[in-house]
Amino acid sequence: MKVYTRRRIVNTISLSVSVLATLFGLFWLAWLLWTLFSNGLQWIQPSVFLEATPPPGSEGGLANAIVGTLMLTGVGVLVGAPIGVLAGTYLSEFGGHSKLASVARFVNDILLSAPSIILGVFIYGVFVVTVGHFSGWAGALALALIVIPVVVRTTEDILHLVPSSLREAAAALGAPRWKVIVAVVYRSARVGILTGILLAVARISGETAPLLFTALNSQFWNVDMGEPMPNLPVVIFQFAMSPYENWQHLAWAGALLITLGILVLNIVARALGRSR
Amino acid sequence: MAYEGTTFPPETTSEVGAPDEPRQGRERAGARDAAVEQTAEDTGSIAVNNLNFYYGKFQALHDISMHIPARQVTAFIGPSGCGKSTLLRTFNRIYQLYPEQTATGEIRLGGKNVLDRKQDLNLLRARVGMVFQKPTPFPMSIYDNIAFGVRLYERLRRRDMDERVEWALRKAALWDEVNDILKQNGTMLSGGQQQRLCIARAVAVRPSVLLLDEPASALDPISTLKIEELIEELRDDYTIVIVTHNMQQAARVSDNTAFMYLGKLIEYADTDTIFTTPSEKRTEDYITGRYG
Repeated sequence: MKVYTRRRIVNTISLSVSVLATLFGLFWLAWLLWTLFSNGLQWIQPSVFLEATPPPGSEGGLANAIVGTLMLTGVGVLVGAPIGVLAGTYLSEFGGHSKLASVARFVNDILLSAPSIILGVFIYGVFVVTVGHFSGWAGALALALIVIPVVVRTTEDILHLVPSSLREAAAALGAPRWKVIVAVVYRSARVGILTGILLAVARISGETAPLLFTALNSQFWNVDMGEPMPNLPVVIFQFAMSPYENWQHLAWAGALLITLGILVLNIVARALGRSR
Repeated sequence: MAYEGTTFPPETTSEVGAPDEPRQGRERAGARDAAVEQTAEDTGSIAVNNLNFYYGKFQALHDISMHIPARQVTAFIGPSGCGKSTLLRTFNRIYQLYPEQTATGEIRLGGKNVLDRKQDLNLLRARVGMVFQKPTPFPMSIYDNIAFGVRLYERLRRRDMDERVEWALRKAALWDEVNDILKQNGTMLSGGQQQRLCIARAVAVRPSVLLLDEPASALDPISTLKIEELIEELRDDYTIVIVTHNMQQAARVSDNTAFMYLGKLIEYADTDTIFTTPSEKRTEDYITGRYG
């Protein structure tokens, strides 16, 4: 009986500690959202979506930065996701425990945890310097470098979850390897793969550091990827540090927009993941 | 219990199998060497010759030789880990999905050694269908589940494909249950239906051999009964090899039974003999439930 009492007490204590830890984590998230909403919501007006970033002291919006971020993120994902999916497929379906696969996995893990500013500096060194100026392409490339390891990892993990009995069943019908993968394995893992890609989008849409050295920023309308691109994170960075009130207001609005965007992406990814 | 099952297969098989001399021409394990020669022309029979199998360094099958006659049901029984599934998986070389698994020896099917390196694996597997222990419907419609394998090797017009799908589903006794929901996902079916879908899928590519790896062990008794009835139906057209844990099932559905133990073929004879007068002590012990 004594043992049982002790067990109950230990149970109660550890349960309370875990609940407290959870609440502690949630508290900061709630506070962050609260701050963003209370400071940013009032500045979200139609002009934010319609006008380009203004000079100090005059009216304007974030339209150019929003479009720029969408383009950078879009190109980054279009470049990074296919490479990531293919590499993840190799690791899961072909690599096994081979030397190449082990090395690739190790390098991928390093890339996954590499500080994003390093990736920005790297692209600066090999791309921006070579071309001679900052550009949207360089920014998208830097973002792609962030997408790749995320997608490689999630793809490999998801493909591992596809039961090997399914592969065997398809192979047993006489299906060649590629057909097994494309028609059966991908099909049963597609939601998971898509979730991984969405999470990667969420990850890069708020990245600032890699863009500082690559896409830089622009005050003007620009949809030419060959030129420096306006983008939300760098605009927030600049405007928030500025002494001008209208810039600070736009920074709050932009921060709220990005956070909401990422929140929605995460929720969609979760919902997709669950609907499996 | 086991004995009354042996009367279950009706006598129809001996008519169909008459040219094969199903009851007399069968070898005991002792006469392995003789078992091998008679493959030559008949397409559905399988002759195994000195087959060894390895998982990495571990030898799972030891010098197996046996002749599996065409258009009959042959059952592999034995305790878990005895190698019966392993043996089955050599017939379509499905083990080759795993690089560390290797086989040596000879498996003659339709006059050719399927273990030959030059054997085209996909063609082999189109000829030797397989159904697994757990139902494995593909995540696509019931129709596409059946059509998947057919499309790999045949270009059929829409109407012909429809016919083929219906034919396969009828063969697997599933048509009446699914004919109005062909567009639904195959994974929505019940376990027993899924397994019959898998059988239909295997039948649809018109193989000459059907390998069944414990096809009913994950199913409830009623679904099991349906699968067994299905095997009855299919035995006239296909060489069926079934691995089963369930001795009554082996007794009910098979013409021949092989008893395996620790990677060796202990005894192989017609099912009546195995279940009534086995010549090996170990077979008798297993049949009577003394171990396994």
